[in-house]
Amino acid sequence: MRAFAPKSLEETLLRLAEHPDLRPLAGCTDLMVSEPEDRRGLPGVLDLQSVPELRGIEWRGGSLEIGAVTPFSEIRDSPEVQQSFPVLAEAASKIGGWQIQNRASLGGNMANASPAGDSLPALLVLEAQVVLLGPEGRRTVPYGEFHRGYRETALGPGEIIGWVQLPKPPEGATQLFRKVGTREAQAISKVVVALLASVSDGQISEYRLAAGSVAETPVRLTEVEEAMVGQSARAAVADQAGHLAAQAVRPIDDVRSTAEYRRFVLAQVVRRMTLQLVA
Amino acid sequence: MKSELVVNGKAVVIEGHPMDRLLDILREELDLTGTKEGCGEGECGACTVLLNGEPVLSCLVPRVQCESATIDTVEGLATGESRSFLERFVDSGGVQCGACTPGIIVTAWALLCDNPHPSRQEVQEALAGNLCRCTGYEGIHRAFEHGEGSE
Ligand SMILES: Cc1cc2nc3c(=O)[nH]c(=O)nc-3n(C[C@H](O)[C@H](O)[C@H](O)COP(=O)(O)OP(=O)(O)OC[C@H]3O[C@@H](n4cnc5c(N)ncnc54)[C@H](O)[C@@H]3O)c2cc1C
Ligand code: FES
Ligand code: FES
Repeated sequence: MRAFAPKSLEETLLRLAEHPDLRPLAGCTDLMVSEPEDRRGLPGVLDLQSVPELRGIEWRGGSLEIGAVTPFSEIRDSPEVQQSFPVLAEAASKIGGWQIQNRASLGGNMANASPAGDSLPALLVLEAQVVLLGPEGRRTVPYGEFHRGYRETALGPGEIIGWVQLPKPPEGATQLFRKVGTREAQAISKVVVALLASVSDGQISEYRLAAGSVAETPVRLTEVEEAMVGQSARAAVADQAGHLAAQAVRPIDDVRSTAEYRRFVLAQVVRRMTLQLVA
Repeated sequence: MKSELVVNGKAVVIEGHPMDRLLDILREELDLTGTKEGCGEGECGACTVLLNGEPVLSCLVPRVQCESATIDTVEGLATGESRSFLERFVDSGGVQCGACTPGIIVTAWALLCDNPHPSRQEVQEALAGNLCRCTGYEGIHRAFEHGEGSE
C-alpha cells in the first residue's frame, strides 16, 4: 500500500496529482471504523494531519477560515468561534466524547457526509463556503451545494477539502443548536437542528433553519424560512414553524429511530427554538 | 512502513502495514497489554491512550499517523506522579471487573493534568466516552474527591 504523510500543502497536492486514488486521512474516527480487510485494501492513503496549511482557525478578509483537518476540540475551545459562531462551537462540543473530539475533524465530518453529521446544519445556517483543492487547482463551492445526494459530495477525484470560510453573521443574530440522541454524549443524532435568526422592530427579519437526520443529506428548510421572514415576533408563529418543519422533511426509519419520531421531535425543537427567538 | 515513536518515555522503532491500529501495535508488537480492546469501534473508551498528551482511542489511530508521536499508556502511569491517583482509584472502588479501567485511568489522568480539581460535572464530561458497566461511576468519582487540596 502507498502511504504518504506530507508536511506541506504543496507536497500534498503533488501526491494527489500523481495518485488521485489516495484516500485522505484526517482524524480517522470514521475511516478506522471498518473491517481490517477494507482499510488494508485501500489503494493508498494520504495523511493530512501534518499539513500545517490545513489546520487552524483564523480571520481572513472578513471570514473566519477553519482548516479542514482542525479537530472539534479546537473548534469548541476557539474564542473566535465561540464569539461569532456559537452555533458551531456548540455543535463541536456535542460530537462524540473527549477522545473523539480530539481527533474528529470538520473536513472529515463534511466529507464523510452522513446525514447525521452534527456540524453540518450549523455550517448550512452560517452559509459557509468550502474551498476545494485538487489537481485542477482551487475552487470555492457554497456549502449549500456541497452535498449532492445520500453520501455524495461535490468532491471530484483527487480533490480534498482545504478550508471552510465562515462569513461574519448578521450583527445581533440569535444562533441556536440542538442535538437529540439516545444520550448526551457519544450518540449519533436522531435529529439535529441549527437556527440563525434575527428580530428587528418586532418582526422576524432573518430566519435560517437547517436540520440533519431528516433527509438524505443535511438540509435547509426553506419552506419554513420563507414563511417566517416578515412575520411579527409573537409566540403563535412558533407553532407554525414547528408544523411546517415537520411537513418539509422526508425522514426514514432506521436503527436509531423512526420517521414518525423524527418528524415529531423536529417540530418540537423548531417550535422551542422559535419561541426562544421571539421571547 | 517503518516508524519511530516514543512510548512511555522510551524511543521505539516499529514496522508494519500503514493501516494497522495503534491498539494492536501496543499489544502485539510492543507487548504493552495494559491497553484493552472493548468494542474496537470508538464507542467504549477502553483503548484510550495519550497521543502527544491528548486522550485518543487507540483502536482508531492508524500506524501511518504514529510517526514521531509520543504515546503514553496505562503502564506509563503506574509509576511517577500518577501513582498516588492510581492507588486512590483502587481504594475508592473505581475498579470492579477492570475491563474499562486502563482507559478510564488514562482519561482521568489527562483531565487531572489539565485541571487538578475538576468538579463532578467536569469529570462526567471528560469520561463521557469511557463506558463502565460495573461501578455505576460512583467509585470512580470518589477517586477525584480525595485529591490533595479538595478535602
Ligand atoms: C464513537 C464515535 C462517536 C461519534 N460521534 C459523532 C457525533 O456525535 N456527531 C458526529 O457528527 N459524528 C460523530 N462521529 C463520526 C465522526 O467522528 C465524525 O464524522 C468526524 O467528523 C469525522 O472526521 P475525521 O477527521 O475523523 O474523518 P476521517 O475518518 O479521517 O475521514 C472520514 C472520511 O472523510 C474523508 N476525508 C477526511 N478529511 C478530508 C478532507 N479534508 N478532504 C476530503 N476528504 C476527507 C476520508 O477520506 C474519509 O472518507 C462519531 C464517531 C465515533 C467512532
Ligand atoms: S476499543 Fe477503542 S473505543 Fe472501544
Ligand atoms: S469495572 Fe467493569 S466495566 Fe468498568
